[in-house]
Amino acid sequence: MKEDKLFARSKEIRQDNWGRLLCYISVTILLLLVVTIVYFISSKGLQTFTKNHVNVWSFLTTADWNTSLDAHGHADIGALALITTSFSTTMLAAAVATPLAFVIAIYVVALKPKFGQRFVQPVIELLLGIPSVVYGFIGLTVLVPIIRGRFGGTGFGILAGALILALMILPTITSLSIESLRSVDPSYQKFAYTLGCTHWQMIYHVMLRISAKKLMIAVIYGIARAFGEALAVQMVIGNTVQMPTSLVSPTATLTSKLTTDIGNTIDGTLPNNALWTLALILLLISLAFNLIVKGFTRGGEAK
Amino acid sequence: MNRYRNDKFARGLIYTIVGAIIALIAVFIGYLLVQGWSTISWSFLTTASDDGLGIRDQLFNSLYLLILTLLLSFPIALGSAIALTIYGKKSRFAAIAEMAIQALSSLPSIIIGLFGFLLLVLKFKIGFSVLSGAIALTFFNLPILTQSISLAIATVPEARMTAGVSLGVSKWHTITKVILPEAMPGMISGIVLSAGRVFGEAAALIYTAGQSAPKLDYLNWNIFDANSFLNPLRPAETLAVHIWKVNTEGLGANAEAISKGTIVILILTILVFNLLARQLSHRLQRKIYR
Repeated sequence: MKEDKLFARSKEIRQDNWGRLLCYISVTILLLLVVTIVYFISSKGLQTFTKNHVNVWSFLTTADWNTSLDAHGHADIGALALITTSFSTTMLAAAVATPLAFVIAIYVVALKPKFGQRFVQPVIELLLGIPSVVYGFIGLTVLVPIIRGRFGGTGFGILAGALILALMILPTITSLSIESLRSVDPSYQKFAYTLGCTHWQMIYHVMLRISAKKLMIAVIYGIARAFGEALAVQMVIGNTVQMPTSLVSPTATLTSKLTTDIGNTIDGTLPNNALWTLALILLLISLAFNLIVKGFTRGGEAK
Repeated sequence: MNRYRNDKFARGLIYTIVGAIIALIAVFIGYLLVQGWSTISWSFLTTASDDGLGIRDQLFNSLYLLILTLLLSFPIALGSAIALTIYGKKSRFAAIAEMAIQALSSLPSIIIGLFGFLLLVLKFKIGFSVLSGAIALTFFNLPILTQSISLAIATVPEARMTAGVSLGVSKWHTITKVILPEAMPGMISGIVLSAGRVFGEAAALIYTAGQSAPKLDYLNWNIFDANSFLNPLRPAETLAVHIWKVNTEGLGANAEAISKGTIVILILTILVFNLLARQLSHRLQRKIYR
């Protein structure tokens, strides 16, 4: 009788098992979600190739988006223009935003820490929280007319998209850069000053060198955010699928094409499947960015 | 002394650039607030959009979706965070799960929206509805919320768990009675920040919660009636989607006034959320250093 009690499961263990079970169920839901997203989008996106027999190579390397079938039941579908625009808009945005973000981060961390933390950082955080449609609206009503007046054309295009994206990812890159500069061991700064370095020498030769990898990750995060942004870009890019001929010619990105068309096509038809293929490409590129960040982080740990 | 000149030059340049950017941001936010201020009035907030400018129903939809999303995502995020930071700490499973969560958080919100459209609207046939929108926003919010709750729990010293175990109470008891209360300010600040993101999200909603806001009856408490404000199966355009919609459909002169007013509401709400989160995390810091 006594031994029974000794080996019986106590209330505490029972309680703990229940808690543990609940928690693991939650994680399983999360994992299931990731798997389902990848599975659903892939199975839809691959139908263009398996069911509609579009050539994978021509899908990726031609630039005409013409989903209506001709007399032979053949359609010209190529995503090259969309992919090109997506990448060029994103890269231009990162090229504009990155130096500015680094400068703000240096200012906040190394030059004016008190004022930076009290005033500059909250402003950056507010900018981070502003919804993307607000940026899109500013692009549409302020930026596009300015570009139109200056460079002619409609004002819609890569330039408008890139500038709006630059404004959007500026806070992302800045706040991550601030974090990485702050993580530099303060004794290194003291060593540098003891050696007679000026502020700038310390920043350039010590701080930036030590946190180079983390700064790189900050930029990639910014690029990934810009690449996946849909509505703000869709409002200023022009939404015409054609190879961009200049920075101010109307064109379309992967995300903007998806935003405008997915509701106007019929489920299961070629025009619809082709859009899901675009979604699949977008998904794969986002996962690739994620892997790149992983690679950088691991490299950082090994040191 | 070349290097002193360089230093002076570099610092001068940095001050100028930062000054210029801050000025630009101030103009940007000031412009939005000043431009929209004239639109905002009591009737702007309390009339339906088909009666003219009003955003009453969109405002309600945004809040309704936000509350539903937090109710759906908080328990799952909390459970996952506990599993990752306490039960499965340093296990292989936790490492894989963390990788998956990171991947999920890096997905563009339009992908989440399209997945929600595919799963909820097309497969489960829930239609463009509050429910679809809330579930899609939950997908969007889960990874971020899990990460911030995990961070909050990780700030609690490990000795708490050791002490709990040595007293002979279950881990679960220690978690719910000691660790979670201690992590509370950090968790709430994480929730508030994610609420700001959810409130302004549009891309995940245009194909799940839909782009129309039927006129709602706020006295009809029967959730099965189509015009009841609580009905979870009606389409629900939010403030952010509203801005996008009126601008892409080109509704002319009204579109600009409506957007500007709506933007002021959105920005002020998010400003309040940010300040609240900041206040909470300050309180947390004071507690730690005391």
